Amino acid sequence: MSGTFVGMPAFPEAARAALGDTQLRHNLAHATATIRDRRARVVAEVPAWEELRLVGAAVKESALVDLERHLLRLEETLTANGAVVHWAGDAAEANAIVARIARGHGVDEVVKVKSMATQEIGLNEALAEQGIAAWETDLAELIVQLGNDLPSHILVPAIHRNRAEIREIFRDRMGEVGRAAPEDLSDEPAMLAGAARLHLREKFLRAKVAVSGANFAVAETGTLVVVESEGNGRMCLTLPEVLISVVGIEKVVPTWAGLDPLLRLLPRSSTGERMNPYTSTWSGVTPGDGPQEVHVVLLDNGRTRALADDVGRQALRCIRCSACLNVCPVYERVGGHAYGSVYPGPIGAILNPLMRGVGSDAQVDSLPYASSLCGACFEVCPVRIDIPQVLVHLRSRVVDGHRGDPVPKAEAVAMRATAWAFTDARRLALAERASSMAGRVLSRLGRSTLPGGRATAGRLPGASAWTNARDLPAPPRESFRAWWRRTDGGRGQDRS
Amino acid sequence: MSAREEILGRVRAALAGVDPSGPVPPAPRVPVTDPADLVNLFADRVADYRAVVERCTAVELPERLAAALPPGARVVIAPGLGVTVPGAVVDDGLTALELDQFGAVVTAARVGIAETGTIVLDHGPGQGRRVISLIPDHHVCLVRTDQVVADVPDAIELLDPARPLTWISGPSATSDIELDRVEGVHGPRVLDVIVVEA
Ligand code: SF4
Repeated sequence: MSGTFVGMPAFPEAARAALGDTQLRHNLAHATATIRDRRARVVAEVPAWEELRLVGAAVKESALVDLERHLLRLEETLTANGAVVHWAGDAAEANAIVARIARGHGVDEVVKVKSMATQEIGLNEALAEQGIAAWETDLAELIVQLGNDLPSHILVPAIHRNRAEIREIFRDRMGEVGRAAPEDLSDEPAMLAGAARLHLREKFLRAKVAVSGANFAVAETGTLVVVESEGNGRMCLTLPEVLISVVGIEKVVPTWAGLDPLLRLLPRSSTGERMNPYTSTWSGVTPGDGPQEVHVVLLDNGRTRALADDVGRQALRCIRCSACLNVCPVYERVGGHAYGSVYPGPIGAILNPLMRGVGSDAQVDSLPYASSLCGACFEVCPVRIDIPQVLVHLRSRVVDGHRGDPVPKAEAVAMRATAWAFTDARRLALAERASSMAGRVLSRLGRSTLPGGRATAGRLPGASAWTNARDLPAPPRESFRAWWRRTDGGRGQDRS
Repeated sequence: MSAREEILGRVRAALAGVDPSGPVPPAPRVPVTDPADLVNLFADRVADYRAVVERCTAVELPERLAAALPPGARVVIAPGLGVTVPGAVVDDGLTALELDQFGAVVTAARVGIAETGTIVLDHGPGQGRRVISLIPDHHVCLVRTDQVVADVPDAIELLDPARPLTWISGPSATSDIELDRVEGVHGPRVLDVIVVEA
């Protein structure tokens, strides 16, 4: 099973550890640059792109401001279409519902299509506790799951792994959980994908129960939509007898016509394609075609908390395209893991505090500082979420929440310094020169060790990342990922 | 209180005082073009996904179809296809395991979208159950020229959401390994689109 993010160190520490991991930084820089270029090319092809963004934002906003009505309508239409609707207030309730349905069918395994909602609620772990194996079928998720690892990017969750590592993971682990990788497996991407195809086909053909999320849920028609590339989604949505979809309540789209701008915006913003290879829509049960028992679990888990924040509400418009990640200078350097959440990058920096609540822990409170406020995320966001505005708003809430503290919160101070250093190159140069001073500031804040048992670097993360390898601190005794595996994501390591 | 009541109560409380009218402006449309240009654009955009695109008349179709199918492959077709494919089995509820023994499938489509190079199946006559165009490794899809529309909103208008829909833009693909595009993971690895003059 993949790990969860529980006990993840707060952003400044995690970011510094990640910055020392050159493989991760290299892969991320390559990935984000490539996807950025692809996106720019296909967006430039649409003359009315800005208008389309306005409409996309309006569709999602119209659903949010009248959410109760649309949710009730969705429940009604889904039910009329033969689906069973469940409501889950939090992760535990959602997991219990899915487990109960799966157990009711006497299965000890389910196939899964990549879904951030199920990752958010830790469904795989919850099912494992009930003796039910949840097989991830998305290639990247499979790599993450077999590697007993965590996803680092919304769109390409295994971007921190290179092909040689993937080959090792497949060779070592596939045989333990099903059809083994071929003996002569090379590290050619086509060969690796072929091995995944064979390994998973066996699971698809015998699976009785599938679990999915949904990109959109149309209230007017009771239709769920899954957008994907590989066809594993189609397999999960078509082959099993029972389909359970876990859907955040913010996924509601009021009308069928409202899908239009969103289906035009998402693929271009996300993978930089005019359209993704496969989009499936289904409205409950279709006699004689596909699953004949269809469940939809409507999930809150903090979404209503975000909804109550007048400035932050717009974050719920997010269609998870990951464009904001790919333009973010902070994300590109520290990677997804440093955010300590299934939602990384600029959107994660606002969504996590909004959903979990400012003041819930140091990790959450440090996130609004994981940004330079450069504004690139807002410019690319297909549904016009003003992330910098929400960040500033959340920072003031974090500060308000800590007003009574006798000394400033370490994370807050450190991240303010980082954010400041990221704002432009001139300041970075200054930061570099001032780094010994910054180091003294940081060590005064009482950080003695980093994850992996490394002593504090004594440098601003921004400075060392931007001034190339010569300035990097001596390699840690243990890489971030090695530390992660050893301590089970920090849970096994005492942190004060 | 049930989870349902709790969630709806929280939604209500969260939105107290918020205006529930969210006006949505009409989505922009691409300018209307000549139908012939539309079909050309469709063919180009489908080919961009590394799908094989061919164009022919209804009379030429059987011959083109025979040439497109992999030699010796077992072929399954949907009931109501309207074209004879020698040796093909008409799906009558084959199981997934049985379908796994077929090398190719021929289906019709409901709509072709020019702007995005997408074909949409609504799994009506000639298209068959979702599973038949999913399991075989080679999908030959027939699109009539009069089925091609300009853009996504035109397709949305035509499509019936009550039916299951499969939107297909090129063969199955992944970029999960170092962002190298690999065609074909789980869906058909080869997609042939034959555009038939209506
Ligand atoms: S916030 Fe906007 S850009 Fe970022 S993932 Fe969500 S929709 Fe995409």
